[in-house]
Amino acid sequence: MARKEIIEHAGRAKTKRAALGEDIAIEGYIAGEEHEPLNSLDNFPEEYQQDLLDAGIEPSEKDRSGSFLQQDCSVVYSKVKYPGLELMSTTDAFKKHSWLNDYLWNAVPVDMDKYTAEVELEQTHGYFIRSEAGKKVTMPVQSCLFITSDKIGQKVHNIVIAEEYSELHIITGCSVSHAVNSALHLGVSEFYVKKGAKITFTMIHNWSQGMEVRPRSAVVIEDDGTFISNYILMTPVKSLQMYPTAYCVGRNARATFQTVIYAHGDTKVDSGSRAVLQGEGSRSEIISRVIATDNAKVIARSDVIGEGAKAKGHIECRGLMLSDTAEVDSIPELKATRRDLDLSHEAAVGKVAEEEIQYLMARGLSEEEATSVIIRGFLNVDITGLPDALARETKKMFDMSLEKVM
Amino acid sequence: MLEIRDLTVEVEGKEIIRDLTLNIERGEVHVLFGPNGCGKTTLLMALLGLPNYKVKKGSVTFKGVNVTYLTTDERVKLGMGMSFQHPPGIRGVKLGDMVNIAQGRKEETIDEDVIALAKRLNISIEFLNRDVNLGFSGGEVKRSEILQLLAQAPDFIMFDEPDSGVDIENIELIGGIMSELLDRNKMPSKREKAGLIITHSGFIMRHVKADRAHVMLEGRIACSGMPDEITKNVMENGFERCVELCLRGEDTEWREKR
Repeated sequence: MARKEIIEHAGRAKTKRAALGEDIAIEGYIAGEEHEPLNSLDNFPEEYQQDLLDAGIEPSEKDRSGSFLQQDCSVVYSKVKYPGLELMSTTDAFKKHSWLNDYLWNAVPVDMDKYTAEVELEQTHGYFIRSEAGKKVTMPVQSCLFITSDKIGQKVHNIVIAEEYSELHIITGCSVSHAVNSALHLGVSEFYVKKGAKITFTMIHNWSQGMEVRPRSAVVIEDDGTFISNYILMTPVKSLQMYPTAYCVGRNARATFQTVIYAHGDTKVDSGSRAVLQGEGSRSEIISRVIATDNAKVIARSDVIGEGAKAKGHIECRGLMLSDTAEVDSIPELKATRRDLDLSHEAAVGKVAEEEIQYLMARGLSEEEATSVIIRGFLNVDITGLPDALARETKKMFDMSLEKVM
Repeated sequence: MLEIRDLTVEVEGKEIIRDLTLNIERGEVHVLFGPNGCGKTTLLMALLGLPNYKVKKGSVTFKGVNVTYLTTDERVKLGMGMSFQHPPGIRGVKLGDMVNIAQGRKEETIDEDVIALAKRLNISIEFLNRDVNLGFSGGEVKRSEILQLLAQAPDFIMFDEPDSGVDIENIELIGGIMSELLDRNKMPSKREKAGLIITHSGFIMRHVKADRAHVMLEGRIACSGMPDEITKNVMENGFERCVELCLRGEDTEWREKR
């Protein structure tokens, strides 16, 4: 689609309500002031350093192949340490690569809803990450979208491309400073996993009670490509709705979504993962763990659509209720369009089992300690597909965020 | 070590244990026989202080402390331990984690100590990394329970059917470690630990030597005696007949009720 046409489409979708999630008013949010670029992440103001850490960002950049930081609507830091890796703001990427237009709105439709339209019409950067063909960037790239000012509307468009037989590991954190009472984050992310390539994408959402969030993500996976998403949300959020979709278009394309949500306060989350299995022998696995307490309301969706021969998809979603005023809707869906498919799901929502508590008490734990061990266990998803060091680190980040809420 | 006096226990409003009195001294191991549903497991659960087992009457004194109304973890801290017959599976909590917990350690990793303990029960590192009790076979459950007790090292240990669903080879292994846990390998005067073993089949008695045996019927101890004698009688004649043989010539209140 030519750019002109894209803008027309976006214009027509400007007021189009999203299929899911409450309709949020996006008009009142602003782009705010430009922030000065940084020489290094260490120079990021002291008061925000902890927020970076909480979002999985390593300010020292140790063991990172590249770092990207966007503060409000300004890209303040972008640095690559590894040859074969490209990392810059999407704005710069479009100046550099004319071919990038072929990837723009190719996975996510620009006229999907008013949020995608807004990102096209009022885009405020976002990141572009690309691994060159055959390059295995085993050290993770870290990127952070950070909101530090009140009333900010962050409208980012991210594009990630793993060229043929390359490998890319991304840790991305979305965070907000404590000083912010209300803000908006619209994030379009388009992932392209080429033949034989692999992307792992570990995202930590570190929002606060005043945040309205509408990510719009999609992934296109070619022959023998692998995409693994790990999503962690442990902090409250005013309203979050997302339904990232993986299109397994190639033969033996594989997609994995693992989601861990601890919803507390007045959090409202409508989060799902969808896999469209189009390629022959393509596979998907969707795993989610949701804990709801206080007055939190969570809709946990998952959807597998089997279209290609011998496609295989499994959904496993579990919910744990810690209060009588919280709510979890678990909605797994399977759609088969031919015979030679293997689609399955298991879903369960329950409370912390008495007998499990008693069993742990019989080994010497107090009731409180026992409950905490069970909750940790419940959220303990074995993060697969990450390089060892990254898996350990992800586990650590996860434990840290869990520590804060327990 | 353990003194149970006139204990009456209710589960969901139903009286299961009635006026039960039993003393287990330091260094002693008692075995409790009885048909299904006679209240054996209820007795153990009540001794452990699980909340659904309500003590209506009587008392339990452990190491001189009245524990009748203490919580489970308080009793465990005083030195009680239990091998469960049907322990629940806990998702995301590994057997190795349970061993650390039983040892009272905060560690999250499975270290050499744990691996060495596990080895004694033919438990591999892979097995230590499995979610506890989820998909475990009968024999695996028993070995996992015994491993946790090895780590916990309680002074008074209750075993709920340690021999059910276990193959011959593993019974010997389990019996060996139980004997060790209960100081059975020491001279009688050196024995510090005590235990109460529930068994339906009596198989475990070939591998663990007990000091006293009791037969439980309808929520009370119907007869007591030497383990060999009682085991033989139960095996050959069944529970009720054993009780009758025990009580022959004795004019007891219980017998009249029957």
